[in-house]
Amino acid sequence: MVHYLTVSAILFSLGLFGIMTRKHAVLVLMGIELILNAANINFIAFARFGGMNMDGHIAAIFVIILAAAEAAIALAIILNIYQHFKHVNVDEVNTMKE
Amino acid sequence: MMAQNIILPLSIAILLVPMVSFIINIFFGNKLGKISGLIGTTILGIDLALAIFVAFTKLSTFADLALIQNKVEWFNLGSSKINVGIGIDNIAAIMLIVVTLISFLVHLFSTVYMEGDRRYPKFFAYLGLFTFSMLGIVIANNFLLMYIFWELVGISSYLLIGFWYEKDSASNASKKAFITNRIGDLGFFIGIMILFFTYGSFMFEDVFAGISSGKMPFDNPTLLTIAGMCIFMGAIGKSAQFPLHVWLPDAMEGPTPVSALIHAATMVAAGVYLVAKVFVMFTADALTFIAVIGTITAFISATIAITQNDFKKVLAYSTVSQLGFMIMSLGTGGYTNGFFHLVTHAWFKAALFLASGSVIHAMHHAMHHLHDHHSDPQDINNMGGLRKTMPWTYRSFLFATLALSGVPITSGFLSKDGILAGTLAYANLTGGWRWIIPILGFSAAGMTAFYMFRLTILAFHGKPKTDIAQHTKENKLPIVLPLVILATLSLWFFYSPNPTNASNGWFHQSVVQPATVVPAAYQWDFLMPEQHATTEISGNEHEQHVLPGESSEAKAIETSAAEHVGGHSYANKFQEELHHFHNTAMILSLLIAGFGILLAFMIYQFKIISADKLASILKPLHQFSYNKWYFDELYKATAIGGTLVLAKALSWFDTYIIDGMVNLSSYVTRGFSFFVGLFDNYVIDGIVNLTANVTGYCGNMIRKLQTGSVQAYVAFALLGLLIIIYFFI
Repeated sequence: MVHYLTVSAILFSLGLFGIMTRKHAVLVLMGIELILNAANINFIAFARFGGMNMDGHIAAIFVIILAAAEAAIALAIILNIYQHFKHVNVDEVNTMKE
Repeated sequence: MMAQNIILPLSIAILLVPMVSFIINIFFGNKLGKISGLIGTTILGIDLALAIFVAFTKLSTFADLALIQNKVEWFNLGSSKINVGIGIDNIAAIMLIVVTLISFLVHLFSTVYMEGDRRYPKFFAYLGLFTFSMLGIVIANNFLLMYIFWELVGISSYLLIGFWYEKDSASNASKKAFITNRIGDLGFFIGIMILFFTYGSFMFEDVFAGISSGKMPFDNPTLLTIAGMCIFMGAIGKSAQFPLHVWLPDAMEGPTPVSALIHAATMVAAGVYLVAKVFVMFTADALTFIAVIGTITAFISATIAITQNDFKKVLAYSTVSQLGFMIMSLGTGGYTNGFFHLVTHAWFKAALFLASGSVIHAMHHAMHHLHDHHSDPQDINNMGGLRKTMPWTYRSFLFATLALSGVPITSGFLSKDGILAGTLAYANLTGGWRWIIPILGFSAAGMTAFYMFRLTILAFHGKPKTDIAQHTKENKLPIVLPLVILATLSLWFFYSPNPTNASNGWFHQSVVQPATVVPAAYQWDFLMPEQHATTEISGNEHEQHVLPGESSEAKAIETSAAEHVGGHSYANKFQEELHHFHNTAMILSLLIAGFGILLAFMIYQFKIISADKLASILKPLHQFSYNKWYFDELYKATAIGGTLVLAKALSWFDTYIIDGMVNLSSYVTRGFSFFVGLFDNYVIDGIVNLTANVTGYCGNMIRKLQTGSVQAYVAFALLGLLIIIYFFI
């Protein structure tokens, strides 16, 4: 089980790294997907070796559905940002602080 | 108390009805337009009917009640309760008819006379207000209400005299009337206050009771005399007595119906009425003062009236003179005759004034017809021959003139005769210098006959002096009818069956001289009730009763005493003396009036004596009279000049001292404010700004954390998470 969790931790760290370092909004979104998937691996691992049983599977499927919805909304936002700023560089989308 | 049940509510109704006319005409007058005159006249007609009913009820059914009155508590002043109320005694009942009838006829007259005036409804509103205030004076039974209505009369006369205020002379005359009246009112007020301070009440009955109990203001009988003189000052102002008589002739600037209503019949009668109402409280000295003022007034204004050329001015001075007669009569103790003359004079003087209005109206129309806008329609030198063109006006005028001159068969003869007999009796009882009062009185009566016939002859007789006079026409019925009614009322039989002696007529039976309340030490002994009569005469409660078998002489001075002693018995010595002088006075006054009339005819009708020549022989006298004894000039130099100098001095004081103080205080305030301003600007504002700056600085510092960079936020969130994990695990 430790291997699964290790993979999951690496995946989570990669996702976090991607979120914090990438400038492109789509890449940031991909980082988020990585984190979600790291969580999914954890759920499955706990369902298989821990005491979660079917609950873990349900939660994983739920996360996948959520991720799909989230991706749809996030892409829509990114599309709007693009229409507004003509780019999707998250570093420069900071007009709210003015 | 049936009497109160009927009479007092009706009296209040009589008082308020003219107010209704005022309210309707002042608020809705512009919408009503020409109907307002009709409304005012109708309302006054109702008022007149009520007044006649009340007066007849009072004089017949309740004749034995001296005074029907009621009072209510109005308010408290410290510990003393202030009562007000209304009371109807016989003179009030008679005055009710006088006021409402003349007011009604004047309304009727004005519906035609004021036709086409721009403020036609307002005129009727003012007439209503005036009638209201005058009726208030009549029915008041206390000084307070009387003073209130007294002032209301003042203001309504101001409004009416200055009705044509576009004319400078009219607005000046109204101011003059008002201010002159104020001087008298001030005295009246002081008198009231002396009495109120002493007796703690405004009610006539309380004051009289206090005086008869021997209580004196500040324990000083002189102050009672002064209080009486002060109250009489009100009458001096309102009744145009010397030295405040100057306003009345100027008041002729008002429309002529106003002159008839105010300056002949009612407002000026208020002063005489007041003196009659409080007659019992005048001491011997106060009465002497009153008699002297009245005599001077009667004489001076008669001399002035002789030379005036303005139709209304002659009548105005004759009014002043007749008012002097009334006051003189009251001052000499002739209460009944004084009040009698007030009533009779009201009728024929109103007739004379309305006739003058009729003439002026006709002259105006004639001038309009001839396109003449420069002549004076009131100048008797522009008239002449009006007898032919205006027969009804002439007849009424002539009859009223006869009454005013004191020709037998008229009411004026009865009353004037009584007054003159009274002055003779007075002079005989007091002696000494007081003989001058009857002498001046008789000469004034002679002059009255002379100037009235001069006026009649110049205006109505002979040939028309101008085209205007030739083109005059008799006026419409609403103008002529009041003249005829008023002139008819000057016949003797309205007052007494005997045309030479009024004393057994209903009037003298109703208006009995009340017993004086002043203690004997301060009153003429001839005005004190005779000893044998005192048992029955208690206060004002005379029993009015005449035995059928008594001779007319005994009835003449009818009191209850007559009933007990029988034969020739009089309420006081004055009445007895008055009776003795009756025939002497009658013959003398007839001779003098006859002489005056004869002289007027000789000079002006038959021109046996040339008026111009006479004037040039007596030039200084003529000038003196023509210029009204230079009273106006005298007042201008003294009172007005003095006031102006004082005003200038006060203005200087205001400009330099008061303004200086004001400016100084303003400078000080400004200096102080400057420092307060500095403190505000730098200290208070500084604190406020400092707070704001600190807050802004902190805000700027903190906002740097808000980078807007999503990655930075994530990093912070991670950091926060790590911290939480570190603390909780």
